[in-house]
Amino acid sequence: MSRLGKYTRRAFLGLGVAAAGGLAVGFYFYQKPYANPLDAKKAEGETPFNPYVMIDEDNTITIIAPRAEMGQGVHTTLAALVAEELEVPLEQVVVEHGPSSPAYFNAAMLEESTPFPFYDESVLAELARGSMKIVAKFLGLNMTGGSSSTTDAFVKMREAGYAAKFVLLKAAAEHFGTSEDNLTLADGTITDKASGKSVTYGELASKAVAVSPPSEMKLKKASDWKILGKSQKRVELKDKVTGGRIFSIDVQLPNILYGTVKMAPRKGVSLKSYDKTATLAIPGVKDVVEIRTITGEGLGVVADNTWAAFKGAEALQIEWDDPLSLQNSDQMWSALESALTQEATFELGGTGSDAEVFTSIPESEAVSAQYRVPFLAHATMEPMNATAQHDESTIRVWTGTQAPGLIQSVVSSHFDMDSADIDVTTTCLGGGFGRRLEVDFALYAAVIAKTTAPNPVKVTWTREEDTQHDTYRPMAIGQFKGQVTPDGTLKTMDMQVASPSIIQSVMPRIFPGISPAGPDNTVLDGAFNQPLDVENIRCQAHVADLQVPIGFWRSVGNSVNGFFHESFMDEAAHKAGKDPLEFRLAHLTSDEFRPAREALKHVAEMSGWGTPLPAGKGRGIAHVLSFGTWTAQVVQVDVTDNTVTIEEVWAVADPGIVLDPGIFKDQIMSGINFGLSQALGQEITWVDGEVEQANFDTFDAMRMYQAPKITIELLENSPRMGGAGEPGTPPSAPALANAIFAATGKRIRQMPLSNEIDFI
Amino acid sequence: MYPKIPLTVNGQKQEIEADPEMPLLWALRDIMDIKGPKFGCGIAACGACTVLIDGEAVRSCSQPVGEVEGEITTIEGISQGDELHAVQQAWMKHSVPQCGYCQSGQIMAAVALLEENPDPTDEDISDAMTNLCRCGTYPKIKAAIKDAAQTLGA
Repeated sequence: MSRLGKYTRRAFLGLGVAAAGGLAVGFYFYQKPYANPLDAKKAEGETPFNPYVMIDEDNTITIIAPRAEMGQGVHTTLAALVAEELEVPLEQVVVEHGPSSPAYFNAAMLEESTPFPFYDESVLAELARGSMKIVAKFLGLNMTGGSSSTTDAFVKMREAGYAAKFVLLKAAAEHFGTSEDNLTLADGTITDKASGKSVTYGELASKAVAVSPPSEMKLKKASDWKILGKSQKRVELKDKVTGGRIFSIDVQLPNILYGTVKMAPRKGVSLKSYDKTATLAIPGVKDVVEIRTITGEGLGVVADNTWAAFKGAEALQIEWDDPLSLQNSDQMWSALESALTQEATFELGGTGSDAEVFTSIPESEAVSAQYRVPFLAHATMEPMNATAQHDESTIRVWTGTQAPGLIQSVVSSHFDMDSADIDVTTTCLGGGFGRRLEVDFALYAAVIAKTTAPNPVKVTWTREEDTQHDTYRPMAIGQFKGQVTPDGTLKTMDMQVASPSIIQSVMPRIFPGISPAGPDNTVLDGAFNQPLDVENIRCQAHVADLQVPIGFWRSVGNSVNGFFHESFMDEAAHKAGKDPLEFRLAHLTSDEFRPAREALKHVAEMSGWGTPLPAGKGRGIAHVLSFGTWTAQVVQVDVTDNTVTIEEVWAVADPGIVLDPGIFKDQIMSGINFGLSQALGQEITWVDGEVEQANFDTFDAMRMYQAPKITIELLENSPRMGGAGEPGTPPSAPALANAIFAATGKRIRQMPLSNEIDFI
Repeated sequence: MYPKIPLTVNGQKQEIEADPEMPLLWALRDIMDIKGPKFGCGIAACGACTVLIDGEAVRSCSQPVGEVEGEITTIEGISQGDELHAVQQAWMKHSVPQCGYCQSGQIMAAVALLEENPDPTDEDISDAMTNLCRCGTYPKIKAAIKDAAQTLGA
């Protein structure tokens, strides 16, 4: 059978004309016409083209990094891929996000969304990955998420850099009347060795456009890299230490108005009636606007400053019509408990062993545990906000988004317009963590802006609105059971996970026309696809709709199942009477699990695993493979007076190839603190149909005084490239819980751990 | 209809017309178009809005603009022309920011800390730096403050 989907990426590399007669290099896609995002004149029959590098006559070199910069350094790393092949230093290039265009679709993001473990190289797995690539292109998923950006860009952006260099060299050879062998490239200029004369890339640009692009890509060997593989200064660093106006909340436009929203507690609850008298009496408030959209209903308040809008929203008297049956967290836990007793919705991975194997574990050899995690908010530092402006034919949106294409799609549907007439400018993001893959904040701004036209309106949510109207990390229960034989071997492992499905929640609010097909592997991510040599493995999902909007939260299902799986491995080791590290290594003997073994052994060495600790201290270990990166962590705690101090964390991550060690380690550090934060007290709970938590006083995250010392090392044993943004998160919480067990003998099976033990 | 409120921001004297109860943050951002101080919570819980008033760190989201006494300094006012403040330079050197949204506030809190305590210990830093960072850049913030303390003390 032919390999499905390969042709979508075998679009051919081509050249175009950039502004002012310059050179643009990127990919032509010959399959499906995506409009050229940078070419205003869409000539009939012209091949769609998406440029990654543009060289103007004045030698300005612009690299398009069509992924959201939300702190993960992706603009720096994507630019480095082009700059490496183009032989220019990063300081010499301008990096831009570029327009929203389906041509910048992210294939790698969906590629890892298939129900096959990362290490599964079977034909079926390859086929599924290929077909998801087609889906990514079909949907025009210009998205940033799934720790997929560099994986997606690794080949295509280097090829764009190479192609530019190729045609510039040919043009230079003609210019100097010599052969390419006599030329040298450096810092955006080409020098003729014989004459010593130089010409800039910009001066060659118009000539280079006429050169045929290369038919064969001769990318540099990793050993020849000058930029890649080394830590680079972030391209946006200076803006971020000088208060630069780079976030969407900083957008300033002529005649701008300011607004906020007060939305129904959740999707499915509708606006019944309201009294706006008190709101309109507040000085500065101009209008109250009804919002009825696919993501929710509520009211918008327009004012001449944000504070007046906030006060106006507070003064609104609103009655909601709430038909939803699950009003309280207790009811939601019951729904999950009930789902666990029902037949599984689907299963993934596993060894295909007879069901009887899992039901006939002798009691003396059984180890069984139930784990729970709550809903979690993203709590990005920058609250949700967007600026929108309507004119006769276009809606413009300025916002920090991980998915500008989805904003185009949903906003255009709402107004029954062509998605090409929705113009999205992507700013830097004050944190994303998956929250900014949603479209609600942009959609509400667009709805309000309809009433303020032609004036733009910047719609900023209060922190309370942000916390209470998130698309939450799902709550879930993991019922795990295993068989540990007398020799200390884990012979059987049965994982039953009850959770709502993220995909079933996301699809109706983003792609209402498409029904999600097949199993939602996010329910079992971090459980079914972990490296583990156990004779009998079963991993089953029990999906239950809890009527709460849920979404992608840094590391998604891995944040749930990583905790379940790695807590359980620790419990099984305890049952076996084995050291948790030795126990793990004994169940990671397959060749393809070498990266896990090496990561665990390395992190053990770094942390002094096995050396004695004073009373009251303990170490815990965990390993999770997520987004293609094998990540092992050791957490050390001190427990004094029943109060936990997280003293130190050691981490080893193996993404196969490290493109920027500094940025990569920053991401792992951030992921660790993000993961630990949930243990310190984060939970979203429901009472009478509303979220109880509202601001950072009730939904906080780690602070400086709680932050552990962190040491990170990177390995490159994995045969395939993995991501950076998320893999640091999943192992940190179980490693912490395991450390608390080691220090105290107390096993905490539910998040936040702070419900059962105090933290400083 | 609003009273005139005299303010000195980054050395510039000016008068704005605003409700005196409006938090300084929104007066800076929406009226004066000074965008360095960021909105994070509105209840002085996260510190993204931190500015200096007569050198002291103040959470501007909870400071009524009509009650401001003293000179206001925002992140836009701490560098000397093109030369960044030692704290900003240390932030660059250690590549502290990730998403960067909280960093204006972190930097202003660090500037205030070092003015009061030029040689802070780890504990002093943890006590003084209570601003929230969701990217978890705390280890780098700590290292950068120690670095800046050395530069300023030299």
